[in-house]
Amino acid sequence: MQTELETAMLNVELGDELTYNVKPLLHEIRHALAKLLNDEGPTVIDLRSLPLAPGEEEKLLNTLGHGEVHASLNALGPTEVVETGYPGVWVVLHYNTDREVIGKFIEVCDIPDLLRSQQDDIREGLEQLQSGLA
Amino acid sequence: MSKDETLGEALRRQGVTRRGFLKFCAATASMMALPPSMVPVIAAALESARRPSVIWLSFQECTGCTESLTRSHSPTVEGLIFDSISLDYHHTLQAASGSAAEAARETAMEENHGKYILVVDGSIPTDNPGYSTIAGISNRDMLEEAAKGAAAIVSVGTCAAFGGIPAAKPNPTGAVSVSDLVHDKPIINVPGCPPIPVVITGVLAHYLTFGTIPELDDLKRPKAYYGKSIHDRCYRRPFYDKGLFAETFDDEGARKGWCLYKLGCKGPTTYNACATVKWNEGTSFPIESGHPCLGCSEPGFWDGGSFYSAISTPTEDIPKAAVYAVGAGAAAGVALGAMNRAKKQKSVDAHEKVTIDDLDKEK
Amino acid sequence: MTETEFLLWVRGPALQIATIVFVLGIVARILQMVMLGRKANLAEARGSALAGGLRTMVTRSVPDKGTFQRSTFTIVSGYIFHIGLFVTIFLFAPHILLVDEVFGLSWPALPTPVVDATAVVTIITLLAVLIHRLKDPVMRFLSGFSDYLVWLVTFLPLLTGYIAFHRIGLSPTMLIALHILSVELLMVLFPFTKLMHTFSLFIARYYNGAIAGYKGVHS
Repeated sequence: MQTELETAMLNVELGDELTYNVKPLLHEIRHALAKLLNDEGPTVIDLRSLPLAPGEEEKLLNTLGHGEVHASLNALGPTEVVETGYPGVWVVLHYNTDREVIGKFIEVCDIPDLLRSQQDDIREGLEQLQSGLA
Repeated sequence: MSKDETLGEALRRQGVTRRGFLKFCAATASMMALPPSMVPVIAAALESARRPSVIWLSFQECTGCTESLTRSHSPTVEGLIFDSISLDYHHTLQAASGSAAEAARETAMEENHGKYILVVDGSIPTDNPGYSTIAGISNRDMLEEAAKGAAAIVSVGTCAAFGGIPAAKPNPTGAVSVSDLVHDKPIINVPGCPPIPVVITGVLAHYLTFGTIPELDDLKRPKAYYGKSIHDRCYRRPFYDKGLFAETFDDEGARKGWCLYKLGCKGPTTYNACATVKWNEGTSFPIESGHPCLGCSEPGFWDGGSFYSAISTPTEDIPKAAVYAVGAGAAAGVALGAMNRAKKQKSVDAHEKVTIDDLDKEK
Repeated sequence: MTETEFLLWVRGPALQIATIVFVLGIVARILQMVMLGRKANLAEARGSALAGGLRTMVTRSVPDKGTFQRSTFTIVSGYIFHIGLFVTIFLFAPHILLVDEVFGLSWPALPTPVVDATAVVTIITLLAVLIHRLKDPVMRFLSGFSDYLVWLVTFLPLLTGYIAFHRIGLSPTMLIALHILSVELLMVLFPFTKLMHTFSLFIARYYNGAIAGYKGVHS
């Protein structure tokens, strides 16, 4: 897995880069994956906190590619959760109801928390089901 | 939503699920420029946060700051932040007007004395109070009165923060910033013309979340957004380091996206989050669109010389001064030289040859 | 006065004043020196004064072996900081931009990191030169107030420039303003101190060379 990621890094054309942040980001993801495997917990990277030149984000996302999971949820506007070609590396895109991006994250974890059913929501659902059956 | 309700309760009542709330918290963390690892802390804090009362005063301004905020407003996360505060007075946005509006302001100030957040946009005229009044009250009086009961003041926009365009030379109204008049309250400056909307809401979110004001720089700007210069975070910075500059707006360098320093970019002296947070939902920022930074979030940006000449270049005609100096220098040099020659000639003339006889005489 | 106003003053009126003093002073002093003249040499020329003068302007830049052995530190450090000053002043992109803006002249710059490293070396060398001056009994005896002043006004633009480039301590507006001001201080003092050697050095070398050349000997 790591070697695959490292091979992919070689394909990143340095000449095209402006901020040189793509390669360090990929390395950060590599370290995060290693941490995840060693049970040292998940990592979240906020893509909006980094200076990226036009096209660099696309380059990063293209390098990561698409994996087996593509989920979309609807909570305060749509959210897309995509597992990249590297299992454990997820791209989470939050939109508002106007489909404007309000958050872009790379999450390195088993499964992004947002995909799980939440305790509060389960409890509320149970109450509704019960009152419906009563 | 009642004032005793916590934000968590209010959102839940509005049908926002826990999942939606977590998403809201993630976006809020991003907005506050906090690391994503802070999301659980933010979630816990926001859940139990109580909605603060906000009074918004607009003085000598163009409403651009309010526009900036509301353009990104309605159904967004920023909108939710706004739903979770109690905007008790904003004479541009509120439905009430005239004496009803002023009554709302006075009631809010009284009920929340010592607790409300005062947001100010626009500068305050100190010359003739008649230059800008609201309901017959001068801006200065209204600010000073509202500031007394405020927990903190947020100066939104360069006008409120530093005086801005109204204070630009020759400053006909004697315009000053909020911090020039109020000295005994915590002030957060959110400069920009206009400020990035997310920065305005981010500061409010920070207060809402932590009940404190964020860490500020020496110009009272939140470090999370104004801690780094545009230049330091600019994706065109490598071109500056390589010495590749656009010379005009349509030359090869401009097309290739080279550094705009020579076209007057104020990025090196401007502290703001444009290069990372960007504008229009993260689409781009001025430099990305090919225009130099104007430095709008810095004090006196309007008086800082041409927007289109580099920050280190002279503002006066230096070659002309140099030419005059050459002329004057030549004249002075010739005069001094002539004086030296005259002196030399005089000493030559005054020179008396000493002969053997003279030496003999001394014996 | 706000920082922006200070920067504007430094970029405008102050620069104008400094330029006038600098140019006026230099032109006046050079003319004054040249006009002192020499007595006509009535002897028959045994060689070319011009060729001798020009040759000496170049050859004196290379120290002879004996001098080098006697004052190795002075010569090596002197070379380093003079070359360093040349590189930092004339081969730094923003400085070339300034000249281009004012006089329309432009030439290629060195990469910024190279200039940055040169500045560090130059700053360290200048400090070493000062320490040497203070520690060496002969040097200290020969040094007066104006020598230390000249050192300071040469050192300040380098130091403020380095700090401004790396944005240490103060706001960038203030740092750039202080940097420009330090250069203006240098410009104002330039014509009236030993800094004039920048110009008089070559005149003096030509003079010596020309005398020797006229006599048909090497200087």
